[in-house]
Amino acid sequence: MRQEAPLPIVELRDVDKRYGDGPLILDKVGFAAARGDFITLIGPSGCGKSTILKLISGLSPISSGRIVVDGLEPARAVEKLAFVFQEPTLLPWRTVAQNVEVPLRLHGSDPVARSEVVKKSLSLVGLADRMDYYPRQLSGGQKMRVSIARALSVSPRILLLDEPFGALDEMTRDHLNEELLAIRQQLAWTAFFVTHSVAEAVFLSNRIIVLSANPGRVHSEVRVDFPYPRTEETRESAGFQKLVAEVSKILRSVERLHA
Amino acid sequence: MSAGAAKGLPSLARRLLPFVTGIGMIVAWYVVCLSLSADQRFLLPTPHEVARAFVDKGPALWGAALNTGGGALLGFVLAVCLSFVFALFLSLSPLVRASFYPYLMILQMTPIIVIAPILILWVGPGLKSVVIITFLICFFPMVVNTTQGLISTDRNLVALFTMCKATKWQEVLLLRVPSALPYFFTGLRIAATLAPIGAIVGDYIAGNSAGGQGGLGFLTIIYSSQFQMGALFATAAVGCLLGFIFVAGVIALSWLALHKWHDSFSQADN
Repeated sequence: MRQEAPLPIVELRDVDKRYGDGPLILDKVGFAAARGDFITLIGPSGCGKSTILKLISGLSPISSGRIVVDGLEPARAVEKLAFVFQEPTLLPWRTVAQNVEVPLRLHGSDPVARSEVVKKSLSLVGLADRMDYYPRQLSGGQKMRVSIARALSVSPRILLLDEPFGALDEMTRDHLNEELLAIRQQLAWTAFFVTHSVAEAVFLSNRIIVLSANPGRVHSEVRVDFPYPRTEETRESAGFQKLVAEVSKILRSVERLHA
Repeated sequence: MSAGAAKGLPSLARRLLPFVTGIGMIVAWYVVCLSLSADQRFLLPTPHEVARAFVDKGPALWGAALNTGGGALLGFVLAVCLSFVFALFLSLSPLVRASFYPYLMILQMTPIIVIAPILILWVGPGLKSVVIITFLICFFPMVVNTTQGLISTDRNLVALFTMCKATKWQEVLLLRVPSALPYFFTGLRIAATLAPIGAIVGDYIAGNSAGGQGGLGFLTIIYSSQFQMGALFATAAVGCLLGFIFVAGVIALSWLALHKWHDSFSQADN
């Protein structure tokens, strides 16, 4: 069994969410993340996985319940977070380096320090030689890397990733999964990751939270105990395949609930 | 980066094509002229009569073109600047837009030809009226396009700026305005084609009592009253040229602003 850390870095307690007078999106969602956890949220569409990320980031307020991010309300903890969106979400009129620099620039940090951080972040994602390119000159995978480098530039303690590799082909996705874990090995943030891919969830996370839909509820949690660093071999191991099958089965049963 | 390497000859043919059609049209023009009976001949001048009119009326035409061009440019620039400020204001909230859009539409729907005499009574004939009429005609497409651009910013980028605690000013200057640029230039291109037309219409109505300051509209009145068909055709051609100059200027500006990053100027290899 895994040792529970004394103080969770993110905790959700009985969180409800509805937009305006609309239907309930999330119903009494609760879970806690320990420092260094890599938690993947998975579930049928309409289960509110992306909404949970928005709530943790403070981009959207909760309707009731409580979220604590590193001891603070989400809106106050925003400097400790970085968000990686479904799309690369780059400024097309800025170069790669300038894009990575955006959060630092908005925070008003010193230009010299800024360029150091930009270089470091871009070399982490292997794009140090693409600093002066414009986004349209990059491939989909490269754009996503820039997006990740931008998130890393603020040295976040918590990384929120909303299906960042969903639009990429499988090879690129696998490759970026490995890179993401390698970077995590160096920087040790806590991650919340949303995906539709069970294999991706099993490969990346130490905890998978399965949600059911309409309204979104925590259905169950699956622990993934393969040791990090995980590699190509992890993906090929029998244990990995078995767990993917297991989680897929849970997911199917959840989806049947709403069919 | 190897765009066009494989199609040298076809692209040359493509470039020559407009000239070929142009020559064809001139030939057709002559044919029509020669087929007219003697008493109808004056209705359609031949191409060389138009060319003659260019030479004969040269000084008058260029002077008028400068007056009209100047009025058009002033009205155009004024419309661009004020429409930008107004679009920023409209982009503040849907409520602001809802309260002002109907009146913007009314302004646009009111025929300029009716507004012009009113304007002349208010500000007097001459350049002032021409500038205001050009302004009125260019303002609407500029405001509508720029506003659309300012409110079409990628929502995730706005979220990113929010998470980075960007001030409202930073959001507008670093995010909303640059991402509105392609829309802004669309409006600019439409306005550029309208500006000379607006100035000529304005001049047609408001220029005639301005003495030597008249523009192409004023010349139109004179030449048509004297049945100088060649000169009228030449005036039309100068007005057309003015339009081309405006559009070319705008295309050059939008190239400067967008070619490095915007897809509308992307290389074939992307």
